[in-house]
Amino acid sequence: MVSPGEPPRAGQRFEILVAMNPARKRTVRLTVALSAAVVLASALIYTSFSAASPALTPSQLAHQAQPGRSYQVTGTVAKGSVHRGGVGGAVLYFSVADRAGGGTTIPLAYTGTVPDPFREGREVIVTVEKQGSSYVGERNSLITKCPSKYKTAPAGENQNS
Amino acid sequence: MAGLGFGCLLLALAICAYGIVASIYGVRSGRTEFSESGRRSIYALAGILTVAFAVLEVAFLRNDFTFNTVADTSSRTTPTFYRAAAVWSSQEGSLLLWAWLLSLWSSLALFLTRKRMRDIASYATAILLGFGGFFISLMIFYANPFATTHPAPAEGVGLDPLLRFPTMMIHPPMLYSGYTLCTIPLAFGMGALLARRVDADWIKAIRRFAFAAWLFLGVGILLGARWSYSELGWGGYWGWDAVENASLMPWLTGTAFLHSLMIQEKRGMLKVWNVSLVLATGTLAIMGTFLVRSGVLNSIHAFGGATLGVPFVCLIAVLIAGSIYLVVSRRDMLRTEHRLDSLLSRESIFLANNLVLVGLCFVIFWGTYFPLISEALTGQEASVGPPWFDRYTVPLALVLVLLSGIGPVIAWRRATLANARRNFLVPLLTALVTLVALLGAGIADKPLAIAMFCCAAFVFGSIGQEFFRGVRARRTMAGEALPRAFTALVRRNRRRYGGYIVHLGIAVLFIGVAASSSFQHASELGLSPGQSTRVGSYTVRYVRPTATITPKYDEAHTGSTLSLGALLDVSKGGHHVAMLNPSEGYYASQEASQGTVGSLIGGQPVSHVAMNAGITRDVWSAVEPDIEAPALQRIVKVGNSTLSPEEALVAIGYLAREYLKHPPQAQFHFIVSPLVMWIWIGGLIVFGGGLIAIWPAPSVVRRRVAARARARSVRGLARA
Repeated sequence: MVSPGEPPRAGQRFEILVAMNPARKRTVRLTVALSAAVVLASALIYTSFSAASPALTPSQLAHQAQPGRSYQVTGTVAKGSVHRGGVGGAVLYFSVADRAGGGTTIPLAYTGTVPDPFREGREVIVTVEKQGSSYVGERNSLITKCPSKYKTAPAGENQNS
Repeated sequence: MAGLGFGCLLLALAICAYGIVASIYGVRSGRTEFSESGRRSIYALAGILTVAFAVLEVAFLRNDFTFNTVADTSSRTTPTFYRAAAVWSSQEGSLLLWAWLLSLWSSLALFLTRKRMRDIASYATAILLGFGGFFISLMIFYANPFATTHPAPAEGVGLDPLLRFPTMMIHPPMLYSGYTLCTIPLAFGMGALLARRVDADWIKAIRRFAFAAWLFLGVGILLGARWSYSELGWGGYWGWDAVENASLMPWLTGTAFLHSLMIQEKRGMLKVWNVSLVLATGTLAIMGTFLVRSGVLNSIHAFGGATLGVPFVCLIAVLIAGSIYLVVSRRDMLRTEHRLDSLLSRESIFLANNLVLVGLCFVIFWGTYFPLISEALTGQEASVGPPWFDRYTVPLALVLVLLSGIGPVIAWRRATLANARRNFLVPLLTALVTLVALLGAGIADKPLAIAMFCCAAFVFGSIGQEFFRGVRARRTMAGEALPRAFTALVRRNRRRYGGYIVHLGIAVLFIGVAASSSFQHASELGLSPGQSTRVGSYTVRYVRPTATITPKYDEAHTGSTLSLGALLDVSKGGHHVAMLNPSEGYYASQEASQGTVGSLIGGQPVSHVAMNAGITRDVWSAVEPDIEAPALQRIVKVGNSTLSPEEALVAIGYLAREYLKHPPQAQFHFIVSPLVMWIWIGGLIVFGGGLIAIWPAPSVVRRRVAARARARSVRGLARA
């Protein structure tokens, strides 16, 4: 095979032509290309599983969180839990409760951008890591999942509860 | 009025059904009058949907709250400009926009091909009407934009404040135009397979539409990025959000198609590949539409309570199965006419570019749908974040930009050493000089950004050289002056030089992306008036708080009741640079439980970003005032218990004054990002180049005549 980077020398090209008929050459090329694609795709698939953060509810997280691994937790912001702290108020502290209510709430310290719709009672998704007994939110990972993002909920429900 | 709108939808569905039957019968039986009639039903569909859309638009402008969609997404306090744009902010309205744009673009495509390829066009008509019928059925059975409530509510909920941004007027129509235009090549591709006519004719017929789809989708994506950057209090323009990704995927496969179709036109190669790309692009466009509406993936864009998953899954399954069946059953016809001569040729560079683009698309597809894949395979939903995407997309983007510099200058069929020396010396030198200059400037710690700058420089070198040579040739041949020679050059070869300009724009855009993502300084912190902080080489001082109560005419004209902000003084090395005034807007909600005063500001607050944008860098700022401060909340509480709805605004006035007198600490978000401006400039260059490439050449007819004459003389010669 001629590597794509360099033009073959005249002699080399001759050898290749003698050694392989065009059909065979194409088959070899195709095999090489396909195996490269398979290798790349497997790498992609492997890393996606190892780099992924499992999506858990707060109570699941409280049961099975291991330090040093990141999780994506989905839940609602617990009432009365939001306050700022740290240097210049850069850290946002809040607790996430199960969407269904009940269960455990987990307290977390988050830095980074806070989306506009973030409020108590709203559904949020945040990537966290367990450090000691508390959780630290990954920077800028907070997403507010507002069920009424484009379509505001009917009055009396959900809005600013 | 609602009755008229719904009647239009029913009629439209009937037209679709008739048109599908007529077109298929026409092409099967060879009775062209039926094919003609099928084509005319697309025009009729466009007319009837225009009426339906107008009915809805008028309802929004007239504040007709009997329409549920109007009551849900508009209000009297929503400024007129945003009321007009609110039509497509709801699930129902956006479906109508989709169907309407589909009918308009399809009509144009079928009108332009009315004298050609009768059989392919008939199948395409049936397929396009099928899409139209699908979307109209969704509206009739699932999400009726003309549903009403009697008696009408006195006031609507209002357009989501986040969407009150000028781009809202143009971003969705652009994106939807892109999506709907993607279905036109799909329809013609399927038509060509069905009619068993797979030469380059159908490709020539829809080339311009594929390009238009690509252009609209690209502009739509960039406008979305622009909205994210300058409206969301986040400061980023791309977050690998599921919906962003969904719009990028068909754009990538579309880009691949635009390149590989040239190989089919010139060499009769890659037929299976091209038709697969076209089918994939159309299917991905439908999947993009589906993603927003199904609620299957977490996205900041998803429509609330969306339930259209099942019908869309069915449509996508039909599309994929149909595509695979057609390609496999027609594979004999799709045999290539030539083989790749050499790995060093324009064909193989185009092929490489195609593989990279499709690879990128696969990476993004996998990452976007990973939560579903993971749940299906392991039973545990999991997702991958931006770092995972970056790991693969950054190197692929680098290769892509480099290829966009190599492609235009490498020879067709087989590049020789002499050819390479002639064409690659200047680009390589440009890249090398850039590398030395960057390393000399002491930026060595960001290898990926440096690599991107060098790749972009390579593109500038190669495209610049092409323009220089073309202009020089014209000047020596026609003796024209420089500007004239330049315009004549571009005018005579719109597609070629338009394409070069697009490459140039993409390189500029990626310089902006690489610089702003690698050399950004950001800071989030709380400040009180008088305090200052450093961001990169800039000093930002919080001078004083600001407040405005202008329920109808706030500064940004978005209809917020109250806006609290901060005046910031930005300086660099002691020199004043700019005054910035970011603010947060508070909007009225329709929530009686919040009290008379509370409901005036109880809606979703929205950041109004302030920035000093420049050629070299943007200084970006957003503020989050502490409206929950006890002193302010006390005013709301007292107002709630003592004031009637008419008087409630007085309390907001007090609140604003209290905020100015005793401002609590506010949270700030500052970003200093270099070269962000070049992302938008690059986008404009791409858009300009795209328009040049897509514009019909005035001499098309003349050239066609000339070509025919030439063909005749060649035949004559052959006979002689």
